[in-house]
Parts: sequence; C-alpha cells; structure tokens
Amino acid sequence: MPAPRTREPLHCTLARIDRRVIFAAMTLAVALPMLFHLEFPVHPSPIVTRIFEKIESLPPGARVLFSFDYGPSTAPENQPMAEAALRHALARGCRVYLMTIWATGPPQVVRAIDNAVKTDFVDRVYGRDYICLGFKAGDQGAINALAADFKGMFTTDANGADIESFEMMRGIESTKSFDLIVAIGAGLPGVKEWIQFAADPGNVPIVAGTTAVEAPLLYPYYPRQLIGLMGGLQGAAEYEAALLAKYPQFGERSARAIRMMGPQTVAHLLILALVVIGNVAFVLERRAQKRATR
Amino acid sequence: MKTQVPILITMIVGASLVLAMFVPHSPFRTLDEHFSVWFDILACFAFVLGGGNLLKVHLRKVSARGKDWAYSAVTVASFLVMLVAGLFKLGAPSWDTDFIGDGTWFKAIYDATFAPLQATMFSLLAFFVASASFRAFRAKTREATLLLVAASIILVGRTPLGDTLTAWLPRPLEFLRIANLSNWLLSVPNLAGQRAIMVGIALGVISTSLKLILGIERSHLGGVRE
Repeated sequence: MPAPRTREPLHCTLARIDRRVIFAAMTLAVALPMLFHLEFPVHPSPIVTRIFEKIESLPPGARVLFSFDYGPSTAPENQPMAEAALRHALARGCRVYLMTIWATGPPQVVRAIDNAVKTDFVDRVYGRDYICLGFKAGDQGAINALAADFKGMFTTDANGADIESFEMMRGIESTKSFDLIVAIGAGLPGVKEWIQFAADPGNVPIVAGTTAVEAPLLYPYYPRQLIGLMGGLQGAAEYEAALLAKYPQFGERSARAIRMMGPQTVAHLLILALVVIGNVAFVLERRAQKRATR
Repeated sequence: MKTQVPILITMIVGASLVLAMFVPHSPFRTLDEHFSVWFDILACFAFVLGGGNLLKVHLRKVSARGKDWAYSAVTVASFLVMLVAGLFKLGAPSWDTDFIGDGTWFKAIYDATFAPLQATMFSLLAFFVASASFRAFRAKTREATLLLVAASIILVGRTPLGDTLTAWLPRPLEFLRIANLSNWLLSVPNLAGQRAIMVGIALGVISTSLKLILGIERSHLGGVRE
C-alpha cells in the first residue's frame, strides 16, 4: 500500500522557486511593456526641475560645456539625459562644447550630435554654435588642467583642426569661461571630480546626470555645489517631461527615457514582489522551525 | 638612491601642490598649472605602458599555451584591430576626419561589437539583482528590516508609479506619498551617511598624503631596497 502523500509546506515551495523562473519573469517584465508600449505619466521632481530652470535661464550665446563621461554600458541611462539637456541648451541658443574624459566616451558624443544637433538643429554651424572637442586623457588630472588652461589641453578639436580656427573658442581660457557645466557621468572620473576640480574652485555653475546607482553618492553636493541632478533613467525621463512641456516640437525624439520607464517600472515591481515572496518564505520557515523545537 | 630620489620628488611635488592650494599666487599658482599639464602628458604615456603590458602578459600566455590561452589570443587580436583601425583612421574619407566619424572601421566595430557587448554585460545585472533580491534580501534583524523598507520605497519611488499610487493622499498627508518619501530618504538619511563617509575618506586621504609627502609611506616604490 503506497504511503499517503504529504503536502509540501508553503515555505518549502516558495524557497524552491528555480532561478530560471526568476530569469524568465524578468525577461517578460522587460519585454512585454516594450512590446505593448506601456507608458506612465512622468512628473519632474524638484532636483530635476532645478536643472531645467537653470538652462532655461541662460541667455542666447551662453557657453555650456558638456562632458560625456560614460560608455555604452550605461548609455541607456545616460544618453537620453545628455541628449535632452543638449537639445534644451541649443533651443535656448547656447553655444555648446562637447567633450569626454572617458576613453569610451567619444562615440557617445558623436551619437548625441547625430541624434540631437543634426536632427533638431540643422541650421547650427559647427565651430560657431557647437564643437566636438573629443577625448582628453588624465581623469581628474585632466579636469584640473582644464580648470587652469583649457586651450592648452585642447589644442585641436576631435577632427584635429586647430582650436584657434573656431570662432566659438575665442575667449575660452579655462573652465571659468563657461556659464554652465553639464556633467553626465557613470563613475570615476565623473560628476564628483567635475565638482571638486572645476566647478567648486572656479565658482562655475554645474548640473549633472548620473546612473541611478551613483546618484545617492552625489546628494551631499546638492543644492549648493551642484544645482541639480538627474538620477538614472527616472531622472532622464523627468527631464524629458519638463522639456516636452515647454518645447513640444521635439516630440518622440526626446521621449526615449519616458518610453523606457515602462519596462523599468514593471521590472522594479517584479523585484519588489520577489523580495516579498522571499520574506514570506523566510517568516513561514522560521515559524515552522520554532514549532518544531517546542 | 633608488628610494631617496622618488621620495624627494614626491616630497617636493606634494608640498608644492598643497601650498598652491592655499597660496594662489606666483610661483605656486603657475606650478600647479604646470604640474596639471605634466600629469596629463604622463597619463598619455600610461596608455602606451598599459597597452605594452597587456600585450606582454597575454602574448606570454598564448606562447606558453597557458590556461584559457584562447581568450588571451582574442584579447590581443581585438586590441590590435582596434588600435590599427583607430590610429590609421581606416575607412575614413580623409585624414582630417575623426577616427570615430561616419564610415570609419573604428566606428563600425565599436557600434557592432563593443557597444552591444558592454550593454549585454550590464543588462545581465537585472537578472542577478532579481535572483539575489529573492534569495538574500531577508528581514532577519531590525536593521535589515529598515534597509528592506527603505529599499522598497526607493524601488517604487524611483518610478512614475510612485507618484500615481499615492497621488490620492490629501495635502496634510502629502509627505507620505511614495515619491516624497523616496526623495526624503535620499536627501536626509542617505545624505547624512554619505557625508560621514566622505569626511572619513577625506581624513584618510589627508593622512595617507602626509605619509607619502614625509616619506613614511613607501609602498608605492614597489618594495625597492637599497
């Protein structure tokens, strides 16, 4: 006669959820919202609104230095915020200077020029309205040197043309010559180094965008040394929302982060659900152990 | 000599840079500017050294057919292909264009291999975070429970759902909205912790720098003995 089948306790069932099931759930959590274009309304938070207001307050012709200090790994987070801020600065009629202190950064600069400048601002002239300075080696040492002698460090643009031949480079002596620094970073060297070596000593206003992981590390600088901060994809989406409210002409081109927040929201909810399930299993297991020891 | 000269250089450069920070006048200010530019030049040489070292380590492994030598062969080949494509601007319409410009081999390889590979590696984190959150994130102690609650608020608060879910709360209870709680967690407890860590690190940096300048700390000399 077969032994009666005992029902497995719930905590054992929960604890045995296979890793592959979790991976499959994560795949669906990201893929389905992308396929069905799931979008949520995004509202700018105060820390992001301050960046928007700062760029909005710049007069036409103001000099804005953009540093793209990230690579392709964090581009999904960093690129939308960089392009949104770039579009905004150009819409205000600012002159923008694009550079990077990351060796993997130059293609991101080129991508931003292609997506933002060459698409939405076809009338802007290279060397007069925008310039690509390319990569500069030396990490925070390079920033320190730029703070002392900008043209001594960038003797040519990214294409090797003499820096003095560009109209917009006249009057640029150091990072102090800029009206605003926009540092988009993903680690070291990045936003923190721009604050420590260029913005704070030179009293140059700085706004920043970083990955969600790095954002909490920068809160000590906000709001006195850092005007505002876009933290992760949510920060980028908030900036895009603020930008589209004022400049609707950019449309879908400047709504990439907003679109990506759908999959990210569902993925966050899945992680939260997994934490809850894990803890339910843990509590039930502890109760069962206590009962067994009585 | 092998230790005394580097110590002397460290002492002079270190002391000059500290003085330049507090005395923004000539000659210290100029010294600071010169040292910064020299540092940049040295950093460029570091690329050459790094590349040379990479070739040395991996070519040795390939020639000795050591463990996983095939990976080393791929590393060397990839390094050389990117180096040649970038240095000689292969595929560029003219020598005046950027090495990463349209049509260049460097851009094509970067876009087709490097970018997707890096994105793939980074994307894998989502799967590992999901698995780890299920297996390791347990409310075992009071501190762990606090961390769990804070993390949950941030997880939801850093999405548009954080706004939507608690938007119904009346004005007197506005501070309980998930987005506001998330902002408060980042701006108050997180900020306090980060500041404490930063001050601790800064004190450590000052102490280590002083040791280096005064020649007490010599480990950077690579254990050279007279």
